[in-house]
Amino acid sequence: MQLFAQNNGVEMADSLRSNGKIYVVVICIVIILVGLLAYLFSIDKRLKKIEKENQISK
Amino acid sequence: MNKTWWKILGSVLVIYTAIAGLLLGVPHLPILNETIRNLYFHVPMWFAMIVLFSISVFYSVKSLSTKSEIDDIKAVESVNAGIIFGILGLITGAIWAKFTWGQFWSFDPKQNFAAISILLYFAYLILRNAIDEEQKRAKISAIYNIFAFPMMVVLLFVLPRLKDSLHPGNGGNPGFNSYDLDSRMRMVFYPACLGWILIGYWVYTIRFRIRTIENKQQHN
Repeated sequence: MQLFAQNNGVEMADSLRSNGKIYVVVICIVIILVGLLAYLFSIDKRLKKIEKENQISK
Repeated sequence: MNKTWWKILGSVLVIYTAIAGLLLGVPHLPILNETIRNLYFHVPMWFAMIVLFSISVFYSVKSLSTKSEIDDIKAVESVNAGIIFGILGLITGAIWAKFTWGQFWSFDPKQNFAAISILLYFAYLILRNAIDEEQKRAKISAIYNIFAFPMMVVLLFVLPRLKDSLHPGNGGNPGFNSYDLDSRMRMVFYPACLGWILIGYWVYTIRFRIRTIENKQQHN
C-alpha cells in the first residue's frame, strides 16, 4: 500500500532519529517516569508501614 | 490486590510505552505526522478514567445493598483518581488538537462531551460535600453515580458518533483501527492502555488506603 511507504513525502522526524538525538528525549522521559514511579512505590511502602502501626494500636 | 507484581507490571508497561512509543515505526500520514504517537499517551488516559469510573459505579451499586462505609469510600476515591486521568486526557487532547486541527478547543462534539462528563463527576464530588449525614450521603451519591455513569458512556461513545466530529471513529470518520492502527502501533497501544489502567488503579488504592486510615482515626 502506498500509504505505508517510507518516502511518500509526509514529513516525519526521520533525520532526528538518524542523528540519534531522539534518544536524548527518550532517556529524559524514561528518567522522569522511573523517578515518579519509584516515588509512587516509596509512598506505597510508607503507607504499608502506617497501616501496620495502625493495626497494632487498634 | 495488595501484591506488588501488578504495580511493577504497570510501571514496566508505562516505561516500555515511552521508549517504544517514541522509537518504533509509525504510519506516515499527512497532518498527523509524528503526533500520531500521541495515541499511545492521550487515549490510555481515557481508558484509565473509564475503568476507574466503572470501579466507582460497581461499588456504588454494592454500597446500596451492603450499606457499608468501605464501599462508599471505594466509590468516591476511584472517582477522585479517575478525574485526574480525565483532566490529563482533556489537556493532552487540547494540545494535540492545536497542532493537528488548528485550535486547542474547536468545540468538537467529543471534546465538549468529554468536558461535560468530567463536570458530571465534579458534580458528584460537590454533591457529596453538600451532605453532612454519612448514611444519607452514601445513598444519594451512590444513586447519582449510577445515573452519571451511563450518561458518561453515552456522552463519550454514542453522541459523538451521531454528529460531525474531528475525532477518528466519529461522524462517519473511520476509526483509528480501520486504516492506520497497524500491527506496529498495536504493539505499543495495547500495553500502554493496560499499563496506564494499572497505574490508575494503583493511585486509587493508595487514595483508598489513606482514606481508610483517616476514617479510623476520626472514629477513635
